[in-house]
Amino acid sequence: MTTLLIGIFLLSLLVITAVAIVRSEDLFSAVMLSGIFSLLMALNFFLLDAADVALTEAAVGAGVATVLLLAGLKLTPPTEAKGRSLRKLSVVVIAVTTLLMIYASFGQPTLGDPMAPAQQHVAPWYIEKTPELIDIPNIVTAVLSSFRGYDTLGEVFVVLTAGIGVMFLLGGGRGKPFSRLDSHVEEGLSGHLIPKVMARLLIPFILLFALFVQFHGEYSPGGGFQAGAIFVAGIILYSLVRGEGLALAVIPPRVLLWMSAGGALLYGSVGLAGIVMGGQFLEYSVLSENPVTGQHIGIIVIELGVGLTVTGVLLSIFHAFAARD
Amino acid sequence: MKLLGLFNYWVFAVLLMIGLYALISKKNLVKKIMALAIFQSAVFLFFITMSRVDGGTAPIIQAGVPDQIFSNPLPQVLILTAIVVGISTTALGLAIVVRLYEEYGTVEDDEILAMDRES
Repeated sequence: MTTLLIGIFLLSLLVITAVAIVRSEDLFSAVMLSGIFSLLMALNFFLLDAADVALTEAAVGAGVATVLLLAGLKLTPPTEAKGRSLRKLSVVVIAVTTLLMIYASFGQPTLGDPMAPAQQHVAPWYIEKTPELIDIPNIVTAVLSSFRGYDTLGEVFVVLTAGIGVMFLLGGGRGKPFSRLDSHVEEGLSGHLIPKVMARLLIPFILLFALFVQFHGEYSPGGGFQAGAIFVAGIILYSLVRGEGLALAVIPPRVLLWMSAGGALLYGSVGLAGIVMGGQFLEYSVLSENPVTGQHIGIIVIELGVGLTVTGVLLSIFHAFAARD
Repeated sequence: MKLLGLFNYWVFAVLLMIGLYALISKKNLVKKIMALAIFQSAVFLFFITMSRVDGGTAPIIQAGVPDQIFSNPLPQVLILTAIVVGISTTALGLAIVVRLYEEYGTVEDDEILAMDRES
């Protein structure tokens, strides 16, 4: 009951924040509000027992997305043109659709109903078979990387494609390919004492935590997607405080390109290894004598591939926006 | 009590429609991208709402604890990957907006359309 009430409180805040984002004409405050929106969303996910999703949303939504939107805002006007928004027809359409959806919700199972159709199909099978077939504690990781490895492979390639799109559109500054990106921002915020000290204290732990999330993802909430996003957040903090020049010296654009493509290729080659060893595409059981060990090997390698691609793509996107002037 | 259990779906509907409204009626392209993100978050909320099971816990097996009830891992997997894909596509959209601004000098879509019609 308490959980339900906390949930209702957080969801109400979520709606208020969304309205504020849409209403505010100053895009800078809208971006800040969208960071708050993501954080509230992460809390809601946590309350709904989705620890992995909450971790991802907090790292990606509240961390990386806010910085990317700010970087985009640096290149475009910071305020919205006034007084041209409210259209009567769209308000009517939206109101009617909202009412219809709320009406339809009365046919939905209530929150947490164990008999809901969504709980009846394959989910019990995944929960029952994970200890036997894959033998790792985190069922989310098991489903993500083994049972539904095809989906995840597709998602990784979508991330890579989006990254390639950004690199083509923005390049490494005007008239330069992404691989020759450099930055003239040498200082960053290092003239300010508090950000400098805070960053120096936090960055090692952020990067260490990212590695923990990457390699401990089978046992606790985590995995390649979250680890990549957390790692990128750490490097972004570094480049904001110490200047992008230094961050690019640590991980040059050429390395980022190799990471992005290499991670996806690593994932795909695990699939091909399955075929070579006499199984099917992305069948990990054949990778070792013992099928369960094979699953473990496959999951660790593909999570590494996912982590590399996510880190490479998100960091490339950040640098592409930051280097543009 | 039954009604409170539907609250998540109402918030989903309202958030979805807030996003859609801003997408239709706002002219500013950066605002449209943010609206798309709200729309997307609403769908995430819907999926995660469906994954919850009463008395359940996050789907991580603890050794030595028999008969645990777990929330449904499948929607969580789908949304976990969708969040990362979402940020990548948002960035792609934002990159297109930046290029549009460099070409047209504005990010208001009616002004861009007017310039296209003139030329």
